[in-house]
Amino acid sequence: MNFYNSKTDSDLTLLEPTLEEYGDEAENLITVLQSAQEIYGYLPTDVIIYISKRMCVPITKIIGVATFYSQFRLTPIGKYLIMLCKGTACHVNGADGIYEAISEYLNITDGETTEDGLFTVKCVACLGCCSLSPVMMVNDDTYGSLTPEKAVNILKDLAEKEEK
Amino acid sequence: MKIAVGQGSCGIAAGALKAYDVLEQKLNSKNELTFTGCIGMCYLEPIVDVYNENELHRFVRVTPEIAEKIAKAVNSGDFSLSAEYEISEDDKAFLSSQTRIALRHCGIINPEKIEDYIEDSGYEAIKKCVTQMTPEEVIEEIKISGLAGRGGAGFPTWFKWNAAKNSEGNEKYLICNADEGDPGAFMDRAVIESDPHTLIEGMLIGAYAIGAKQAIVYVRAEYPLAVKRLKKAINQARERGFVGENIFGTEFSCDFKIKAGAGAFVCGEETALIESLEGSRGMPRLKPPFPAQSGFLHKPSNINNVETFANVAWIIKNGGEKFAEMGTETSKGTKVFALTGKVSKGGLVEIPMGKTLRDVIFGIGGGIRGGKKFKAVQMGGPSGGCIPESLLDTVIDYKALSATGAIMGSGGMVVMDESTCMVGMAKFFLDFTAKESCGKCTHCRIGTKRMLEILTRITEGEGKEEDIELLEELCYSIKDGALCGLGQTAPNPVLTTLKYFRDEYTDHIENKHCTAHECAKLRKYKINPDACRGCTACARKCPVGAISGAVKSAHKIDSEKCIGCGSCLSACRFGAVEVE
Repeated sequence: MNFYNSKTDSDLTLLEPTLEEYGDEAENLITVLQSAQEIYGYLPTDVIIYISKRMCVPITKIIGVATFYSQFRLTPIGKYLIMLCKGTACHVNGADGIYEAISEYLNITDGETTEDGLFTVKCVACLGCCSLSPVMMVNDDTYGSLTPEKAVNILKDLAEKEEK
Repeated sequence: MKIAVGQGSCGIAAGALKAYDVLEQKLNSKNELTFTGCIGMCYLEPIVDVYNENELHRFVRVTPEIAEKIAKAVNSGDFSLSAEYEISEDDKAFLSSQTRIALRHCGIINPEKIEDYIEDSGYEAIKKCVTQMTPEEVIEEIKISGLAGRGGAGFPTWFKWNAAKNSEGNEKYLICNADEGDPGAFMDRAVIESDPHTLIEGMLIGAYAIGAKQAIVYVRAEYPLAVKRLKKAINQARERGFVGENIFGTEFSCDFKIKAGAGAFVCGEETALIESLEGSRGMPRLKPPFPAQSGFLHKPSNINNVETFANVAWIIKNGGEKFAEMGTETSKGTKVFALTGKVSKGGLVEIPMGKTLRDVIFGIGGGIRGGKKFKAVQMGGPSGGCIPESLLDTVIDYKALSATGAIMGSGGMVVMDESTCMVGMAKFFLDFTAKESCGKCTHCRIGTKRMLEILTRITEGEGKEEDIELLEELCYSIKDGALCGLGQTAPNPVLTTLKYFRDEYTDHIENKHCTAHECAKLRKYKINPDACRGCTACARKCPVGAISGAVKSAHKIDSEKCIGCGSCLSACRFGAVEVE
């Protein structure tokens, strides 16, 4: 995993409201990182350094936390984040086949982003929609009862929409 | 008439918002359109309920077209127009055979309207506590009820509350673990999305009992709808004075905070959860000291999960004895299960303890989908195990389930049929625990990895004779040596499958054969020459060039070259490719 991206020109003022509300207490580190990721899409290096200074938390600790939790990303992601559920119910109902179809169609594996920057695929533990398994989320939309064909068609539709 | 559309996460994923939009456009203004959370009959989503005075018309699998017909029926009052879309008698039994306490409002009230909750005597239990009962009396009532932690371990709730209450210090914390991480369980999400005030009221009662002024809900970030509804509910409760300073004019004050988890299974362990709340990596602490003595910010803290809190207001209102009337000698009340997998009717099932697994899977769940044969049911997620058919009459009870090698767990019940490979299942869970291991202790960090390697080679046909013995040795040393509950229970999926499905392991190792045909590397394909039309589709798809044959004549697979990927199977349009 690439711990550092070389970002140096992030707009740090965007983070100011969050730091004002939560920045004084080190226990809020995860909340601040979540907010930063919401703003920048991932955790750029210069943002991490800034948070470290403002919250008086060592950079090593921030990297430690950011690499511990699956939510945090240290590299940018595509416009569409595909979260493919690999929970038990999805596994039993064929999530592996969905993953194979998606990764073959996009030509990327778990955690990677397509060259055009459109899609990132990520396998996640359980999205809690077990009764619709197999399930994937693309950004905020949940798609259930997938088949390999259905999953690929959803992505095709999104890609076509982008071309227009 | 009142029309309610079920809008839990699953309902929305199944298309509830589209149905809602159609109804909004087509219903005339005499009707009241609203929404509820999760009704729990996930296999019938989207669901629309129409209350015609005292009569309920429940419509299932509502597409936008059906929604239009429902609107017509409602507008005209003639329900014969939409009768064919109403729930069948058989499906009605899914709900009518349940006893709902934790889920008592789910699918009935609008989760974003506090008025709905108040109407059903909401916030009266906390009022009774703060105005008529001492904290000791509250704890006594919970003790009488026999309520035990619904998150997995089944520890008596009153005992934890009492320990936190008796700890010294003025600053105490009441924490709700809503970091539902068990793959296959979603009841906590359903409770928060469908009835957030029940959780808030249960937590207020807990806070009063232990003397906490601050309540914290640690909720999974993967549950955005739950977070949104909970935030809204807390604000509504605050506006009405149920949350904040001097609740009901008494000296009791309690405020609420939501903290979003960042995705780590281990944070379901209470000391790891506390580390995470403090902004650190979620690594478990050594116990003792227990959280009741030294928890969040080293202050006395009490942690219970969502379903546990969801029972509390009911117990205070109806009395502990009434709760204890349900269940078995050692397990009282009801338990919610998330019934999923290969079962016909999947959804949320709340039943009194003491029913059997068969009652749930074959009674309420309607048995196996597609006429296949039942093989096993997985309970307790990565800490639990697989229970075979011969034990289906086991009663739902903490002790009885532990005796099988599985655990009650948080209530995930994943049903498997003959097409699921049990070695593959064990590998699936070990893959999960190996990835989620926090890395603090060696047994869990390295042990789970070694077990995963062994299971992987068994499923790939590289298993060795001594592997089973080695697996067992690793299982017991991880159980003994791991620091926290998650590590100690990580071997359970392997131990139970070895106990009940050992022949599948030996079949994989000795015969390189997978009865369920699930292990790709052990799958052997052949082409039925009578069905093959020689279209060449399979040969073109085969990534390793293992298929040969002339156009319009039967093809053949070279088993030496074949890697068992199954591309030919999906490419063939004539059903000529068969699994040997």
